[in-house]
Amino acid sequence: MRTLLALLLTGLLAAATPARAQTEITFYYPIAVGGPLTKVIDGYARAFEKEHPGVKINPIYAGNYDDARIRALAALKAGQPAQISVLYSIDLYELIEQDVIVPWDDVATTAEEKAWLKAFYPALMMNGTYKGKVYGIPFQRSTIVLYWNKDAFKEAGLDPEKAPADWTEMAQMATKLVKKDARGNVERWGVMVPSTGYPYWMFQAFARQNGHDLMNPEGNRTNYAHPDVIAALQYWRDLGAKDRVMPEGTVEWGTLRQQFTEGKTAMMWHTTGNLTAVKNSAKFPFGVAMLPASKQRGSPTGGGNFYLFKKTTPAERKAALDFVKWMTTPERAADWSIATGYVAVRPEAYETPKLKQYAADFPQAVVARDQFKFATAELATFQTGRVRKLLDDAIQAALTGQRTPAEALKAAQTEADRLLKPYR
Amino acid sequence: MKHVYGWLLLTPAAILLVGFTHYPAAATLFDSLFSTGTVVRPSRFVGIGNYAALADDPIFWQVLGNNFWFALGTIPTSMTIAMLMAIWVNDRLPARALARMAYFTPTVLPMIAVANLWLFFYTPQIGLLDQINAALFNAPSHNWLGDPRTVLACTMVMVIWKEAGFFMIFYLAALQSLPPELEEAARMDGASRWYFFRRVTFPLLMPTTLFVLVNATINSFKLVDHLFILTKGGPDNASSLLLYYIYQVAFSFFDTAYASTLTVVLLLLLAGLALVQFQLIERRVHYR
Repeated sequence: MRTLLALLLTGLLAAATPARAQTEITFYYPIAVGGPLTKVIDGYARAFEKEHPGVKINPIYAGNYDDARIRALAALKAGQPAQISVLYSIDLYELIEQDVIVPWDDVATTAEEKAWLKAFYPALMMNGTYKGKVYGIPFQRSTIVLYWNKDAFKEAGLDPEKAPADWTEMAQMATKLVKKDARGNVERWGVMVPSTGYPYWMFQAFARQNGHDLMNPEGNRTNYAHPDVIAALQYWRDLGAKDRVMPEGTVEWGTLRQQFTEGKTAMMWHTTGNLTAVKNSAKFPFGVAMLPASKQRGSPTGGGNFYLFKKTTPAERKAALDFVKWMTTPERAADWSIATGYVAVRPEAYETPKLKQYAADFPQAVVARDQFKFATAELATFQTGRVRKLLDDAIQAALTGQRTPAEALKAAQTEADRLLKPYR
Repeated sequence: MKHVYGWLLLTPAAILLVGFTHYPAAATLFDSLFSTGTVVRPSRFVGIGNYAALADDPIFWQVLGNNFWFALGTIPTSMTIAMLMAIWVNDRLPARALARMAYFTPTVLPMIAVANLWLFFYTPQIGLLDQINAALFNAPSHNWLGDPRTVLACTMVMVIWKEAGFFMIFYLAALQSLPPELEEAARMDGASRWYFFRRVTFPLLMPTTLFVLVNATINSFKLVDHLFILTKGGPDNASSLLLYYIYQVAFSFFDTAYASTLTVVLLLLLAGLALVQFQLIERRVHYR
């Protein structure tokens, strides 16, 4: 029944598609239709077509990462054209399991193309590589940084130019930064780390700083219950429950930026993706720093990669490769980084005059790049949605005091083991 | 020949109904008996295996419990408020159109927009709720959505605010169709307003009440848009509802078989509730 429907649909669509005189690349891109970035992407597509006659780029704007993935996969199933897509970097294992993508190594055959595969920051390749092959080319990538309010630091008698370097220092500085009114109610918190939306992402930073990654590169084992990982969650919990420098319970991702720009917290951990927005709305001087260290510094990366779909002709693969190469040249990476606030994906981009000038005027923009040395892959495993939610729930249960960090993480680990066993 | 015409007239509606309601429901039931297939591990028949997994799934029981409290917390309150508002704006009062519009406005707004507004109401310190609390009661800031004890109640208040205006419209329509002679006759006989409401208005509103009750019940299982903005079901599933969990299982875990299983449960639950409502309550409803 299903095949019959699919056949029917394919037939209908084939009849509706005009004959192709040239190579067409349909490119799914995760953004809402009509957003300001669609203009940038459209501009890139048109410019590429001008330089490469015979290739047509059709960007399809498809909501957020989830929508884009669902729509691209549905298009493939229905036999509609889809050659490349920017999708969530952590969808890698899911896409492999569905058997819909091919590694870029298969198409990058010349020496120059092979060199291009190695041109990116290694930290950004971790989420795109599986069994030694590159499946995801980094495009719009972010990481977590610490924002701090320099006026608040001055008021608390701290050096406004110096961010906390390690966990102890962050807790101590945060204690000084807490401001209470006459009745003893907190007017300004010391630090806030968001714990809704993407708690696993923030927690990866804590765990990495305490010396551990939360999963293996094969994506079939998690490391939720290591004593150092439990200690990392304990530190996070203690910021609210013991040190009282952060509100107890969970901190909302969506409103944290406003709380920071309203001066309700002196420091926050947030994505670099918020940099431009904070810059535009903060009425006080603010700094951006790498996240503090425990045993080492650390932050996960995040964001979207270019994937190449399996259902493609050799000519399409060649054109797709040319396009993605063109999209990630140093000049374009620099341009894209300035336009969006995403990190430029390769070192040469930071050597371009344009980005050098931008960084000189706005040094906060390069902190994320400097942090790449310490960066790690974003949490991605087989069964990634479930395995990630186990961790999300454990973190929230610990932060709201319903379970101890050890209890919560051990339970999550047991359940993750059960889910991942078939993949080992 | 007559039969042919009859069937022809029915066909368009029947195709739509079968294609978009009955076939998906049957397919969901069918899918719930198989495991989720991937290229590596094709789908296979597992019988009631998915249902057994469901019985062992603590999150399923938690979201079902949440849904129960959510329904219990939102339905009676929003219906009572709707009826009171309708009676009030049905009277002759100054700027009546304005008052009606004010009550109806929340209904017109998209849930996503409403949730974004309320997200800021509930934000600790800078939020409206905390500002009012601090100004009036000197109360310390509370992390409304970050505390598992308050988060579900917070979403309920928002949904009541949004839903009551919608139900009010139905009550208002029903009130306007009540013949004015009844009230005149009651006044002549010296009935008090409360007595008139209790013995005349309220019973006559029963068909509307049944209709609103069915709708409110369905809505309490259907409305999950706010969770995407407000809490994503957190902290630790404290505000998650059944349909939102189905969404997560289907589109975040890609476990279509288990999502089908949950959907079958939701369908049975709603069908059961509707049956009970129609069977039991209809006996006590006066239709004219």
